[in-house]
Amino acid sequence: MESKVLVETKDLTKEFPTKSGSFGKNRATVHAVTDVNLQIFQGETLGVVGESGCGKSTLGRLIIRLLDPTRGQVFFEGKDLGKMSVEELRSQRKQMQMVFQDPYASLNPRLRVRDLIAEPLITHKVNKTAKEDTDRVEDLMRKCGIRPEFMYRYPHQFSGGQRQRVSIARALALNPKLIICDEPVSALDVSIQSQILNLLGDLQQELGLTYVFISHDLSVVRYLSDRVCVMFLGKVCELGVTRDIYANPLHPYTKFLLEAVPIPDPKYRKDQKDMLTGEIPSPVNPPSGCHFRTRCPYATERCAKEVPQLHEVEPGRTVACHLFDK
Amino acid sequence: MFGKKKLAAAAVTTNPAPAEGTAWIPADGLEPIHVEESAEAEIAPNQTLWEQFWSIFKHNKVALISLIVIILYIVVCVGAPLFAPYDPLAQDLSQGLAKPSPEHLLGCDKLGRDVLSRMIYGGRISLMIGLFPTLVSMTLGTILGITAGFVGGKVDMIIMRLADICMAFPSLLLAMVVSYTIGPGFLTIFLALSFVNWAGTARVVRSEVLSLREKEYVEAATSIGVKRWKIMLRHILPNCLPTLIVMLTNNIPGNILTESSLSFLGIGAQPPMTSWGLMVYQTKSYLDRNPTITLAPGIAILILVVAFNFLGDAVRDKLDPRLQEQ
Amino acid sequence: MDDTILKIRGLKTQFFTSKGVVPAVDGVDITVRAGEAVGLVGESGCGKSMTAMSVMQLLQHPGRVVDGEILLKGENLLKKTPRQMCDIRGNEISMIFQEPMTSLNPVYTIGKQVMEAVRQHQDVSKEEAKKIAIDIFKRIGIPEPEKRFYSYPHQLSGGLRQRVMIGMAMVCNPALMICDEPTTALDVTIEAQILYLIKEMQKEKGTAVIMITHNLGVVAESCDYVYVMYAGKIMEEASVYEIFEHPTHPYTYGLLNSIPKTTEVKDHLFTIRGLVPNLLSLPKGCRFCTRCDKAMKICTEYEPDLYDIGDGHKVRCFLANKEVMASGK
Repeated sequence: MESKVLVETKDLTKEFPTKSGSFGKNRATVHAVTDVNLQIFQGETLGVVGESGCGKSTLGRLIIRLLDPTRGQVFFEGKDLGKMSVEELRSQRKQMQMVFQDPYASLNPRLRVRDLIAEPLITHKVNKTAKEDTDRVEDLMRKCGIRPEFMYRYPHQFSGGQRQRVSIARALALNPKLIICDEPVSALDVSIQSQILNLLGDLQQELGLTYVFISHDLSVVRYLSDRVCVMFLGKVCELGVTRDIYANPLHPYTKFLLEAVPIPDPKYRKDQKDMLTGEIPSPVNPPSGCHFRTRCPYATERCAKEVPQLHEVEPGRTVACHLFDK
Repeated sequence: MFGKKKLAAAAVTTNPAPAEGTAWIPADGLEPIHVEESAEAEIAPNQTLWEQFWSIFKHNKVALISLIVIILYIVVCVGAPLFAPYDPLAQDLSQGLAKPSPEHLLGCDKLGRDVLSRMIYGGRISLMIGLFPTLVSMTLGTILGITAGFVGGKVDMIIMRLADICMAFPSLLLAMVVSYTIGPGFLTIFLALSFVNWAGTARVVRSEVLSLREKEYVEAATSIGVKRWKIMLRHILPNCLPTLIVMLTNNIPGNILTESSLSFLGIGAQPPMTSWGLMVYQTKSYLDRNPTITLAPGIAILILVVAFNFLGDAVRDKLDPRLQEQ
Repeated sequence: MDDTILKIRGLKTQFFTSKGVVPAVDGVDITVRAGEAVGLVGESGCGKSMTAMSVMQLLQHPGRVVDGEILLKGENLLKKTPRQMCDIRGNEISMIFQEPMTSLNPVYTIGKQVMEAVRQHQDVSKEEAKKIAIDIFKRIGIPEPEKRFYSYPHQLSGGLRQRVMIGMAMVCNPALMICDEPTTALDVTIEAQILYLIKEMQKEKGTAVIMITHNLGVVAESCDYVYVMYAGKIMEEASVYEIFEHPTHPYTYGLLNSIPKTTEVKDHLFTIRGLVPNLLSLPKGCRFCTRCDKAMKICTEYEPDLYDIGDGHKVRCFLANKEVMASGK
């Protein structure tokens, strides 16, 4: 199954300057994303997992250029997004959309659902008449499982799950190729989560969408993703086909992360020996060399001195760890 | 709320199954059935704009009374020639300082002019000063505040420093300065109040915009490709409305009061025209002999100001869709 | 010997809002024995947190307990005065919240706050309190406890803050600790640490724990006995092994099967259709019938009771009542 590369990132890096202390005299840099090289293939779901502060959300925003990278490039179908003019980029946005985490915050409370879903259509002047827009909105609402009768209601009249359906309908309005899903189900109830996950899966099959699925929940990522990218403190530490990564995690961090997920079955209770100790280091002042070494039981001197690079250990499987770098 | 009677525990309408026997089970009781939630149970009903507007007053008697009072004031003052029993300028020295009587309901001032008629005509000036400088200054302030907040950088700096300069002048002093240069009168007050008040609005709007532009729905609109000025108009401005309305209902009575003070100082409305503030000023020395003619315009100001404040609170609570959910 | 620590019987908590009376908790029976960890699972609005708040008597206006009794070691907490409740809270029952930052005062050092908690309920001098506090810090795994004593809450990470909260909760060796979504705001690796810490403290001091969560993984990890709540009522209760192996109520079954797992691959997730119910307009019969795929006609007419199906496994569903199910055939 060799398919076309839709998005490629080259040394993508984002640093946020922060100020602290009185009069902001202590300038520091948050290294949100550091040197990320990724290929996203047409029609696949790339899962991005990691804990808070690992830069996964920033990465998503960099890919569709909601944020400008400090360094590096993003190629969408071979075109460099960084070299585009404001107008070109605006029109490029038809191809790439985003579904946000919080369905309460990502919908303007003062607009009716019809206007929210039609906004991308109007912005890019897809249809000539308002009637056509309304028809399309109706179609989208039906597709996403919201009754079209509710078109003239406000977001606050809906529950969280329905609002997330509205966000998805809105993201689909322009028939995009790529959708970035930034924790789309983590604000939802368990019984609603599965509805939304199934909806995302069905839509992908029907419309041939490409997803970048960002989540801290490893089980959700496993369900939806074809490939998984594990991030720690702004860096990719492991990338590979979902099944392989979950069955045989190579990077120590991936291993511990998978161990830590509480499994909904009391037969698999953990004991302490598999547990990762310590706290997540601050992205303002990450440890030298390998960022993970302060928590890693296998750390050696080399890990403190040298930054591990991503190595291909088997076809389609890359790991950034000195243990696998002969 | 305090003072209200304690609510009784409500019986929840469930129909518990009898514990014993099976006689209560209907013959077809075990047939499978597919139950759907009714659409109305799912979400709160929608309201038209007019219904929303009316619902402000349905449960809030104070707001309703305030609205009626304000409308009455406006009707009476606009239609002054219809309602005023006498010519406000007609003097009848024989009636000088007359006590209230069936002919002159609120009595007469020292020149024998009917106080009720003078109040009705004077209200025109007071209301105009309340409304127009407020509208002008708030429109100006909103435009500048949004520009400052949204554009940021140098533009923001210049606008806000200008605002600081304007805020540094007390409006009373400023009006005095203006009146000494262009002479006292309606225009003076108008200019002075407009000049000072825009700055307050601009500041509040700017800080509102600064917090609103970080909202996820603004980011969502950007990701769709909506142009910046459209984001400002569609997503940011409407969400500033509750704040603006509260400011409006604060500024109107504020300006009416300032006009009163200015007239009281003799640099507002000029005789023989009158306003409520001026009437208080002109009759203050007869407070001991005929208190009605001083108190009546004073109370008129008081009632109007209080009515505006109550109305403002009620409208603000209703305009915020998020507050309605509770 | 009766080792029951907490017994809740027929608890009804209602909120008197302008739109009507919301039956947040509608007749709940819960029993917690000494040293036992009891899970209270459900989705948002099912009344799990409100049950805890009723026990602590920290309900906020317009909520009120309207019926039932809450017996802590045989004494009815609903009959206590606010002053007596103050002594009980923190001393006999303590509580841990989802977001530790909101339960810690940002202007005091964590050391001072733990000391306060000690001195609130124990008659000790400042020096002794400080020693106790540092001992606790050591126990709950705070690195460099002497130094951290002088840290402010915002200087700690979320995981450390939650540790401090657990330390504060355990200061007076309470008989019962209520944990309201203690790990929901934390990262996976930190979550595992905190769950382990709670388990350890529980083992060490013999404290009973009520674990309130929506995460079935957390329940499986840390509880002995589970109550599943839905729209204010207990839908199913059983020991943790029993409930995960034989979920009998269609709601429990649906919940367990609708969560994706890291251990298995699925093409399609099982879903519970419909929406989380609106407590202001519950259906007439069983409150789950509008979302249930196994609903029968009687479900829309009568509300089932909790039926015992053996080994303390109770289910609020007609399907679990043999007598009812036999009547049709």
